[in-house]
Amino acid sequence: MRDFDYHLATDVQSAIEALRNSEEGKIVAGGMTLLPTLKQRLAAPSDLIDLGGIDTLRGIAIEGKDVVIRAMTIHADVGASDVVKKAIPALAVLAGGIGDPAVRHRGTIGGSIANSDPAADYPGGVMGLGATIVTDRRTIAGDDFFLGLFETALEPDELITSVRFPIPDQAHYIKFKHPASGYAVVGVMVSRTGGKVRVGVTGAGPCAFRVTPFETALEKNFSPDAIAAIAVDADGLNTDVNFSAEYRAHIVGVLARRCVAALMD
Amino acid sequence: MTIDVTLKVNGVERSAKVEARTLLAELLRDHLKLTGTHVGCDTTQCGCCVVHLDGKAIKSCTILAVQAKGRSVTTIEGLAQPDGTLHPMQEAFREHHGLQCGFCTPGMVMMGADIARRNPGATEELVRHELEGNICRCTGYQGIVEAILSVANPDAVRKDHH
Repeated sequence: MRDFDYHLATDVQSAIEALRNSEEGKIVAGGMTLLPTLKQRLAAPSDLIDLGGIDTLRGIAIEGKDVVIRAMTIHADVGASDVVKKAIPALAVLAGGIGDPAVRHRGTIGGSIANSDPAADYPGGVMGLGATIVTDRRTIAGDDFFLGLFETALEPDELITSVRFPIPDQAHYIKFKHPASGYAVVGVMVSRTGGKVRVGVTGAGPCAFRVTPFETALEKNFSPDAIAAIAVDADGLNTDVNFSAEYRAHIVGVLARRCVAALMD
Repeated sequence: MTIDVTLKVNGVERSAKVEARTLLAELLRDHLKLTGTHVGCDTTQCGCCVVHLDGKAIKSCTILAVQAKGRSVTTIEGLAQPDGTLHPMQEAFREHHGLQCGFCTPGMVMMGADIARRNPGATEELVRHELEGNICRCTGYQGIVEAILSVANPDAVRKDHH
């Protein structure tokens, strides 16, 4: 790892100022992606601005009809939260299945979402639950947030402060994990709110996305059969040494049907 | 960038001058000579470097030393009583043959203690899920899982083993 100047930010504004004043600074939240990246010298920032000292960025609360999770809340706290378990149990399952316990004790929701790793769990949850990303200056609909591989709608000096998840009637998340890394080869979050259905997918594409043909069909007939004949287009999906785009496209359908079946029980 | 880091390690206040890029594992091993914390992979996968930071299991190869400033770290060296009485998790690993070569053991014991603390009454399935970030190349995990279960949920341990 190349050396850098370290700054422990005391509040959001001072973090943004430190970032603006740095030559090529990086924000570190939990560091579960960034530190391994630095160790491999895939990145060599001039400055590291740590959000770990900003207590106001931690916490989980119900606000109106939303579960609001502040950006520096660790995965372990979301997974074990009575509030989340009661309001959106699928989100607690998602958070409790990220990485391993040591990673869940450091990794944060804001860091995961800001990074837009194609195999991260939270982006699939954002799309499947229709979450809104709150930053230091605006709110961004989850649907408009993930733009591509490690690419989001955030400005270079913009920080996520919280994520708002509307409470659905029902939701279910299933991840098909890579057997070695534990990352999502494909993860699917299906939710129902009133007559509306959302199907969010992570792992399969360059970034998280929705499968609108599934949603339309499920809104008419909420059963696995309703989507069994709808093929997911493999064009543009991820291919690696283990899993082809066609395989991933197939697994999206399989997991979506399993989510629907689980919600019908 | 050089930084003075003061933190509590195994109940004792310790200080070191480190670079910003120094990892907590490096601070423990190279600066404080606490070599019980092992580094197996250096890529956040193997779990040999697990220590407790303010009571929670973390991988010390994936946190900067400066990020532990002012906080409390417990390593494998700090688990037993000062008179040498083993921590219940260490005792359980001895009893259930939870180790062979010993390289992964410090991380396994630290993670095991954390799993038992968070999950009283844990099932075998849960213990195996929670051990996903700790790799052992010798034992096949059976003894490790039994050791952790014997502390977290003594009733769940099969009595006919070993």
